[in-house]
Amino acid sequence: MPESVQLKINGVPVRVPLGSTVAAAILLAGHSGFRRSVSSQVRGPLCGMGICFECRVAVDGQQYVRSCQLLCREGMEVTLDA
Amino acid sequence: MPDRRRFDVLVVGGGPAGIAAACCAAKAGLRVAIADDNPALGGQIWRGEHLYPSTHEFAHWYRRLRELSVEHLPGTRIFAQAGVRTLVAETDSGVCQLGFEKLILATGARERFLPSPGWTLPNVMGAGGLQALAKSGLDVRARKVIVAGTGPLLLAVAAHFKQYGAEILLVAEQAPRHRLLPFALRLPPSKLKEALSLRRALAGVPYLTSCWPLAADGENKLERVTLRRGARTWSLPCDYLACGFHLVPNTELATLLGCALDDGKVRVDDFQQTTIPAVYCAGEPTGIGGLELSVVEGQIAGFAAAGRLDSTRRLFKKRNGLRCFAARLERAFALRPELKHLPQPETLVCRCEDVSLSRLREHPSWRAAKLLTRCGMGPCQGRICGPALEFILGWQPESVRPPVFPVRVESLMAAAAGAMSETSSPNPVSRS
Repeated sequence: MPESVQLKINGVPVRVPLGSTVAAAILLAGHSGFRRSVSSQVRGPLCGMGICFECRVAVDGQQYVRSCQLLCREGMEVTLDA
Repeated sequence: MPDRRRFDVLVVGGGPAGIAAACCAAKAGLRVAIADDNPALGGQIWRGEHLYPSTHEFAHWYRRLRELSVEHLPGTRIFAQAGVRTLVAETDSGVCQLGFEKLILATGARERFLPSPGWTLPNVMGAGGLQALAKSGLDVRARKVIVAGTGPLLLAVAAHFKQYGAEILLVAEQAPRHRLLPFALRLPPSKLKEALSLRRALAGVPYLTSCWPLAADGENKLERVTLRRGARTWSLPCDYLACGFHLVPNTELATLLGCALDDGKVRVDDFQQTTIPAVYCAGEPTGIGGLELSVVEGQIAGFAAAGRLDSTRRLFKKRNGLRCFAARLERAFALRPELKHLPQPETLVCRCEDVSLSRLREHPSWRAAKLLTRCGMGPCQGRICGPALEFILGWQPESVRPPVFPVRVESLMAAAAGAMSETSSPNPVSRS
């Protein structure tokens, strides 16, 4: 069993392999929409490398965090806006 | 008050060019740090290698970095300059000022995206984008994936997904066969071997040339992709569309520092020095050339920054050969003009501000469009729509202004407070 971490996505506990990014954890948890655009379209990651900001979510109360550039930490609380 | 650090050589970017540059500069006994936006070293091509090593090359460089005590500053987002030889960065814990004697920019490249109907749907991603997620923990097993766009990256990405258990429906390459064939026949032996092994890994997967996705459809996420090849148009249901039209150099930081660009690439001399003294640039920002060229340019930049010019000269021949190869690659995978008609009038081009092509067409230039539509003024700062508009409408990129990366208001305030304290007391950071 590889090492893993547990975080919460929209209040639901999710366990993912250690070293996973938050974006990967969100997709693993079955969500494809990460946020709503200015005209309310559902959006998910595009570039996967921190450039496009489409994967931004709230993490532990901090808004606009790029989930693709952030590693999952134990107990993290992630909130999607989609 | 920002945290202040100072190094002999500061390298920006922890991919192959940055790692090679840092090692070569540190070998000369200098104090070297790598500041990188990513959570771990490796850049894109070596993303995740520190956890799941798959190449000896990365292991070699990674070991060298530790032996040479190169400092690694992960999650460090440089957003402005603070006087001479000092940059300001935001980290998860606050703001820091990074001082240097020599600066090496190894900021890599991003994918070029071309807007088409449905490209804003979740699960439509870049080819490198989906690969980056797969290397960061995303499970693609049993997922149906269409890989599309252009460039040698498509084959590498498809082979990687297949290895991880995805079902690759097809690889759609926009370039025509008659341009790829002569390119393939002239591949140097090492690259030919690589190409053939990728082709073997993709046995049974159709590789269609002169083929590209016209549109993506789905209810709140991707469900199917419509493809075109010649007169034929057809639809395929799938889970992911991994689509990228080759790469674009990341030149924003170089531009902010005043480095001259030629045709979107940072201008460098034989020693990888930019037009700004003490600022060097290596890897993709000087022109898309791939892993090997990035490493060689990084080595040259690292040695040059350390003043070891003799060590740089023995690498010139190798660099020239790789640059010639890169030029041939660029010609072979040039974008076909039909792709300019991919976006429909209602297709959103700027995804940050949701600006459609028809609204952009009302304006004569990007500057005018920006002022009246906010195109390119969202969080990506035009990094995604800029290269697309350059291709579709021929609009040239505008000037770059700080902050070159969206940061928290606290970071701007801390940076301003740091700058003020510098003017009122002897500067401990920047001047040499």
